[in-house]
Amino acid sequence: MNCFASGVLILSVAALAASCSRKPDSTALKPTAFGASIVESSGGKQFGQAGTPLPQPVVVQVNDEPGAAVTGALVEFAAAPGVTFDPVSALTDSSGQATTNVSLGGMAGRYQIAASTLDKSHKKVELKIEEIALGYQQTLGRRLNEQYCDRCHNAESTAERVSNYDNLEVKPHPFTEGETLDKLSDADLTAIITYGGPALNKSALMPAWGNTLKKTDVQALIAYIRAVSDPPSRSASAVFAKD
Amino acid sequence: MKEKLRSLWQKLFGDSVRAFGVVSLVFLASMAIAPAKNFFSEWRHYQHGYLSVIRNRSDANTLRRHFQGGIQQIWLPDLGVVDRCTSCHVGLKEPTLTDVAQQPYRKHPVIPHNLDQFGCTICHRGQGAATTLAEAHSSTLAWEQPILPAKFVESSCGQCHRGPLQGTPQLNLGRNLLSRSGCVHCHAVKLPDGSTVKATDDPPSLSHIADKTTREWIYAWLKDPQAYAVTSTMPNFKLSDADARDISAFLIANSTPVPGDNVTLPAKASSDPIAGASLYGESFCASCHAVQNAAGNVVGGDVGPELTRIGSKVKPEWLQAWVRNPRVYDPPTGMPHYRFSDSQVATLTGFLLAKTDSDLLANVHLDAATPEQIAHGKRLVSDYGCGSCHEIAGVKKPENFAPELSRIGSKPITQLIFLQGMQHTLPDYIAGKIKQPRAFAPGLKMPQYTLTPAQIDALTTALLSLNDRSYSLPPSLAVAAPPESDYQPAGKAGKLMTDLACFSCHRINGHGGDMAPDLTWEGSSVQREWLVQFFKNPGTLRPALIRRMPKFNLTDGEVSELTDYIMTVYQSPSVDRDSMPLSGYSQGEIELGKQLFYGKYSCQGCHIVDTKTDKGYIGPTLTQVGSRLTAAWIYQWMKNPQALRAGTIEPNRAMSDEDAQALTAFLISQKGGGKQEAAKK
Repeated sequence: MNCFASGVLILSVAALAASCSRKPDSTALKPTAFGASIVESSGGKQFGQAGTPLPQPVVVQVNDEPGAAVTGALVEFAAAPGVTFDPVSALTDSSGQATTNVSLGGMAGRYQIAASTLDKSHKKVELKIEEIALGYQQTLGRRLNEQYCDRCHNAESTAERVSNYDNLEVKPHPFTEGETLDKLSDADLTAIITYGGPALNKSALMPAWGNTLKKTDVQALIAYIRAVSDPPSRSASAVFAKD
Repeated sequence: MKEKLRSLWQKLFGDSVRAFGVVSLVFLASMAIAPAKNFFSEWRHYQHGYLSVIRNRSDANTLRRHFQGGIQQIWLPDLGVVDRCTSCHVGLKEPTLTDVAQQPYRKHPVIPHNLDQFGCTICHRGQGAATTLAEAHSSTLAWEQPILPAKFVESSCGQCHRGPLQGTPQLNLGRNLLSRSGCVHCHAVKLPDGSTVKATDDPPSLSHIADKTTREWIYAWLKDPQAYAVTSTMPNFKLSDADARDISAFLIANSTPVPGDNVTLPAKASSDPIAGASLYGESFCASCHAVQNAAGNVVGGDVGPELTRIGSKVKPEWLQAWVRNPRVYDPPTGMPHYRFSDSQVATLTGFLLAKTDSDLLANVHLDAATPEQIAHGKRLVSDYGCGSCHEIAGVKKPENFAPELSRIGSKPITQLIFLQGMQHTLPDYIAGKIKQPRAFAPGLKMPQYTLTPAQIDALTTALLSLNDRSYSLPPSLAVAAPPESDYQPAGKAGKLMTDLACFSCHRINGHGGDMAPDLTWEGSSVQREWLVQFFKNPGTLRPALIRRMPKFNLTDGEVSELTDYIMTVYQSPSVDRDSMPLSGYSQGEIELGKQLFYGKYSCQGCHIVDTKTDKGYIGPTLTQVGSRLTAAWIYQWMKNPQALRAGTIEPNRAMSDEDAQALTAFLISQKGGGKQEAAKK
């Protein structure tokens, strides 16, 4: 009795069980129409805490060939194990949209969600949507970002907070701006945050935070910046918290 | 056949020596099974897997040097932890293995604790001593203690950390909801430190409800509270029409009038929507009260009740009396006594009364109540425990109305009854109970709450943290919550501050809200004359701020009472107001300060000194800071802002004494308005 064999057996049984349990879900809904393409309406690239529901639902739209919305097409959502959808499949509503609430898995990182529908020839049309799960350190970084950084580094204003971005002579980089921030090493980012912009010959409008934030806070912020980077950060070197 | 067996027996056990040999062989074979079982064990398989995963990595040599074969164990006698998880999770402490996708080899994500000091099961639950995957993780073989799903893992932080933590938003929210959604009105929750969780919502007293509203509204509200206000925290008791009719009959019959609670104004309720909206805006009602707009979005604060359909609820005379002085009807209310003039009261009530919803009461037709209905209503009120939340004259607050929730996080699943199709785990049970409390058995009384899935998960997280370990923890390991303060200012000024409900927004000495600045050391911070003018006409200090100090129409006497108190009592021990002059700084110092302001420290990124060139929107506008703040405060603020106001986002620049002195000179010369213009000419 080999463990490997038993592992394979367990896996295949699990896969079988999973495929069995998924079948009734999809057959419960009968599509009344078929589209040609599937596009994202909203809910992509959200940041959520690992294991928790994303703040906004994911909404996709099914269109026919001329691009008009299709009502009654079946959309199925799928992702890596650990990601849950409520509902797993849905028929598009009168505006051609299907909505699902997504909970990401327990591991921090990027999750790819596939929304698929069948076209007239019953071929699968798929849309890939990316969502970002934040771990403990990144969640801490996000909170610090909201408190200290977001007001200048995020050009979007909310009802609660007016952005200061437009008021600054030298524009700060949004943290999602991967192309720029990815060129900076962790050591560079630490230096800028700790000693201010002039540390790297950048604007003095970026103040020094080294006396306000703890070392672990700066590390958490960098972990957050790397996590939300778009395009994804090239395997950023690990960040450790020791304080 | 029989013959054959007999000859076999003869061959094996025919004589005693041969029999002994055979038995010894059998015994030896069975002895060999134990090491074989060990050799083929699951953890050994995972350790082999680990070695093949690291084989082709550039850091393979380092990793192999760190690798120790055999069963690994973290033993913490203080905590009763024996965790063998690291036997399979081999790479948990390897800093370079963050990129490994294959489990169980990935490095543990960064957390503030050392794995060797805390082990695994303290946070993740599961069976630490087990050496197979199923026994360590899953719920069937791990009986009472399966692995905690990742989304509830913050509950484990709450075992030791009794106060809010920066890194645990979900646990913080859950604990907040436990007090704010009124759970603890019915369910007692005793915390490990011996204190009980107190409710922070403030359900209104129903003893005088007939002054305020009609029986029809009560009926509609009882049937569906969220139909009146989507943000209402009142749960839905799913009452039948007859039950709602009888409870509303009882509440109206039971109500006694409050003297002075209904006023007839000389001025009629005005119906001028423009004047009303502008007074509503000027008084910053929206800082506390929300209104649902046409698009269905709820806009405004959540301190006071939502006002979207207020006109369909309240009696006009009551509303007038309330707007004039809310403390007559409800002395401890968090609503300030605004000191509106009669015409302002008329304008504001007219504006509010126009906020109606004709659908709300359209289908409510109630006949006059009979004594039987009233009696039945009273019985229902005590059956449903209305008195747990609301004060109702003649109805006692029930004791232990619902099961106590202390230690709910360790409730044995053998004692739980699950719904069909539900996973048999404690987190699923708790979340399910919150989501649909009445589904678990017929006749259950717990009402239906309108909580989002994220809120349900947060509440479940907070409840799971109340487990046996959190109560039996050695006191040295517990991190206490910051102490609650019930600070109340004394004397006449104190009464005035209660009347104006200052503490609804401001915090002083650890007590009060967090919408507006902390005033603990306001007396060291501001100049007296500025404070007097601010009370008379509160302008805004921050251009981008939506919430602002309302104008309370105070008399001169009241203003000087408050100002004197604040200037005398709210003094910081580290700032001597009179230690630095408000003027007389040398031009050179001022000029140096200006250079530092715009150059080295680039303060204009967040602050405005010159409205023509500066645009910073984050900090307060500093055009008149020289007439507002004391020089000593500015100087100390430059040196270390967090020491004066914990949590302020002004960065601490560790300024030298000279820089701080020069900046103080520059800022204190910003007297603002006409004076500055005159100086320029």
